Amino acid sequence: MASPAASGEAEAPVLPALLLFRRRLDAAFHAALRRRYRLLDFFASGEPLPAFLAGAAASPDPPRAAVVVGGGAVRVDAAFLDAIPSLGFVFSTGAGVDHIDLHECARRGVAVANSGTVYSTDVADHAVGMLIDVLRRVSAAERFVRSGLWPVQGDYPLGNKLGGKRVGIIGLGNIGSLIAKRLQAFGCVIYYNSRRPRDSVPYKYFLNVHDLASESDVLVVACALNKDTRHIVNKDVLEALGKDGIIINIGRGANVDEMELVRALKEGRIAGAGLDVFENEPKVPAEFFSMDNVVMTHHVAVFTSESRSDLRDTTIGNLEAFFSGKPLLTPVLPW
Amino acid sequence: MESLGVLLLHPMNAYLEQELDRRCRLHRFWEAPPGAPRDEFLRAHAGSIRAVVGNASYGADAALIDALPALEIVASFSVGIDRVDLAKCRERGIRVTNTPDVLTDDVADLAVGLAIAVLRRIPQADRYVRAGQWKAKGDYALTTRLSGKRVAILGLGRIGLAVAKRAEAFGCSISYHSRSEKPFPNYKFYANVVDLAANCDALIVACSLNAETYHIVNRDVINALGPEGVLINIGRGAHVDEPELVSALVEKRLGGAGVDVYENEPFAPEQLFGLDNVVLVPHVGSDTEETCRAMADLVLANLVAHASNKQIVTPVI
Repeated sequence: MASPAASGEAEAPVLPALLLFRRRLDAAFHAALRRRYRLLDFFASGEPLPAFLAGAAASPDPPRAAVVVGGGAVRVDAAFLDAIPSLGFVFSTGAGVDHIDLHECARRGVAVANSGTVYSTDVADHAVGMLIDVLRRVSAAERFVRSGLWPVQGDYPLGNKLGGKRVGIIGLGNIGSLIAKRLQAFGCVIYYNSRRPRDSVPYKYFLNVHDLASESDVLVVACALNKDTRHIVNKDVLEALGKDGIIINIGRGANVDEMELVRALKEGRIAGAGLDVFENEPKVPAEFFSMDNVVMTHHVAVFTSESRSDLRDTTIGNLEAFFSGKPLLTPVLPW
Repeated sequence: MESLGVLLLHPMNAYLEQELDRRCRLHRFWEAPPGAPRDEFLRAHAGSIRAVVGNASYGADAALIDALPALEIVASFSVGIDRVDLAKCRERGIRVTNTPDVLTDDVADLAVGLAIAVLRRIPQADRYVRAGQWKAKGDYALTTRLSGKRVAILGLGRIGLAVAKRAEAFGCSISYHSRSEKPFPNYKFYANVVDLAANCDALIVACSLNAETYHIVNRDVINALGPEGVLINIGRGAHVDEPELVSALVEKRLGGAGVDVYENEPFAPEQLFGLDNVVLVPHVGSDTEETCRAMADLVLANLVAHASNKQIVTPVI
């Protein structure tokens, strides 16, 4: 909104203020935001949250929008919303919005949007890559080659075929569905468990994860973390999966009882695991380090340059929609 | 087929070896090292050897065929038979069999698995975590997405088509080069391999090895693929000019590579061992319990058919 200068000279338009609660913002993302908004960067300010919000609220052009990262220290709750009454829109850069009190926002007419499906494809690709790695021993065979053992020890031990494997997906949301579509092309048979069965999918539904595990060769954890899904893969489920079973976790570390998983792998009660997430990151059970049937990545399933630029586009797209009174691209509603 | 004298060229599969031992008169070629022991072996047994069983790395070449006057059939535990002297076999009326179809899925699975592994740096991440280097949350580098990329396939035979089917499930567009255009309107044909490489993000080698395809991936093709491109080789080492591949990777003229086959197996180029943009596996394209079993059964079925004068199951010639 341009404000006329007292001297009558043309002035650069005043950019709308934007609260920013995100630590790692790459140069392109930062530049894209700075071109359009006057950034009030909390982590750069070094101030305690109440002082920061009070300062923003008291400024001549108080911010109407905020970009907040999930899983961090900042909760968008009643106290936060009280402190910055000018706020009309909150954008979360993750899919999760458990750091945002959706009912309080709705009550005050504060719209909320999230990253939508920008990460889903990359997480699905990563899950498939991990599964192929575990079954076909890609990382382990790589270590074998790189340590010069091939000429010395001869052929590497055989892996297992993907085709015909029964893959049980826990959580058939965006990510689970993309995983299913990919694995079908490899000849896998898809089963799933979800809060409710999905009418339009051709995959067999299981009422609970135990039953899913008993009829699956592979279990893929692709659900959100909430009070119902904490340790959804527990000792009982691992036992049902059985000694030839593989578990792939691209959800949250706490979806799996990690200590039980370690025990099951040590005792050969399941055949292998591909894990992108752990209960106590960045701590990883040291027992895994000597296991050739485990593949580990450091919570990187979302991190491609493409998803980063998609996130930038979705963030800006939602902000622009809000500021121009248009419908949000990826709104989150409080049900 | 108890009277069938079979020469097994190299250990390749325990089950196959056991069955050959049980059902035929098995000779293990590696037990006679080259030189005097081998000469003695051939003197003693050549007259009774009617079948040779080889694989991707060990085949019946002209010299061996010449040394086996009673040879009737060469059964390869592989689909690629570039190590078998086909011309010589034709000349002598020797049958040659391979193991097509049963291994198509595994090889295609590995091709896509290698592509994800290279682009998403999965083995590298595993090395990082395994070495205890993950010290801080949010500690990551951005990798490259596979979905939606342009995938080019060299050779659109059984394996090439299986790769295409999988890549399509990732929303990839498919282009290919083949001796002739195939009836797949959704896949873009390139008559020229350099053009193919210049217009893709990932190039997957899936053709058979012969005189025309030797070093089909040469410096020009590698340069066309470029610093953002990746090469996946699940064909034969000799499809790729390996020293050129190595220098392109070391000099970052090529974005990355997933390699299952090498010009001089079991030796993979050591200059690649320290790189993060390569994934190196030891010729495991069809190395699963299920597939090796099926391959062994197919080799045995071909030998049984031949020994009982029935129709050979999967003849090459």
